[in-house]
Amino acid sequence: MQHDIYSYLFVMSAVTLAIRILPLTLIRRQIKNRFLRSFLYYVPYVTLAVMTFPAIMDATQVPLAGLLALFTGIALSWYGASLFKVSAACCLTVFLVELVC
Amino acid sequence: MSVTSLPLAKSRRDVFFEGLHDGIPIALGYFVVSFTLGIAAKNAGLDPFQGFLASFFNNASAGEYAAFTVIASDAPYLEMALITLVANARYMLMSCVVSQKFEANTPLLHRVLVGFDITDEIFGITIARKGPLNPYYNYGAMAVALPGWSVGTALGIVAGNLLPPSVVSALSVALFGMFLWVIIPTARDNRIVGLLVLSSFLMSFACAHLPGLKELTAGTRTILLTLLLAGIGALFFPVKDLTDEKEEENHAA
Repeated sequence: MQHDIYSYLFVMSAVTLAIRILPLTLIRRQIKNRFLRSFLYYVPYVTLAVMTFPAIMDATQVPLAGLLALFTGIALSWYGASLFKVSAACCLTVFLVELVC
Repeated sequence: MSVTSLPLAKSRRDVFFEGLHDGIPIALGYFVVSFTLGIAAKNAGLDPFQGFLASFFNNASAGEYAAFTVIASDAPYLEMALITLVANARYMLMSCVVSQKFEANTPLLHRVLVGFDITDEIFGITIARKGPLNPYYNYGAMAVALPGWSVGTALGIVAGNLLPPSVVSALSVALFGMFLWVIIPTARDNRIVGLLVLSSFLMSFACAHLPGLKELTAGTRTILLTLLLAGIGALFFPVKDLTDEKEEENHAA
């Protein structure tokens, strides 16, 4: 480990707080630039999707369990289940699949 | 929370408790999800206090998860800054939206404190309230949501290794469930977002396995694919009418 964890924490916290606080304090009017608005709108969906797959298959002991949890999560979110239900169903899927495999 | 003594004390207290009330279900959900985030933090080498600090000052599932992968791979600090910026970029948009809800004469301190804890869920309940933003509502929600998230993370680090491997394996997908819960409803309703999500899955999988590309760290892969795909989306499919309601329509908080 070459890097210090507290330095990492400082960097991540400084960036996160700047992201959250600066627009709120500096911008008093709405952003007009259409490209920037659209870009910011799409960013979270792409980022979260990239981080979810294939990482979900590496998080579990059996990759198939992660894959099935992905399908479960997509299906339940699609039909509007709550955050708690979606997360719990994903966990349960992994638990049951790994019980069988 | 720092409550400065100004007039209108009565209604301020009521509003604080309204926020507290609405914040309780959020805090409970946070507690469960952050517990599994703690497992990821432990795998990255954080102790419970470090996990508490990370969660208290960031309060971001995707951002922290991404940051822990950076710590785990001992990557440069610049990569930490970039990945945090990318993973949390949506808060910038939410912060812009919330700035529109403040009354013009709102003191700087209130803007800073409200900004401190803009999360998907708190953003949702903030925007759902009618009229100009009352910061004490946010303070009430933060008073339960922040401890729920940060204490949950610390406990995940402590108890993660007390649990059997099968339970840890099962809990470790809770966070991905949260990610899916954020992206899928919009992907269902918005064709472009749906296509971008599908492309993200496919290209992320390809990058993780193709020779040459698979040398990239997970963090770098996330940054590059986000810039590429969100850039393509913004260039060819600019959003027509980006309103506040669009953000919270999908989840009744």
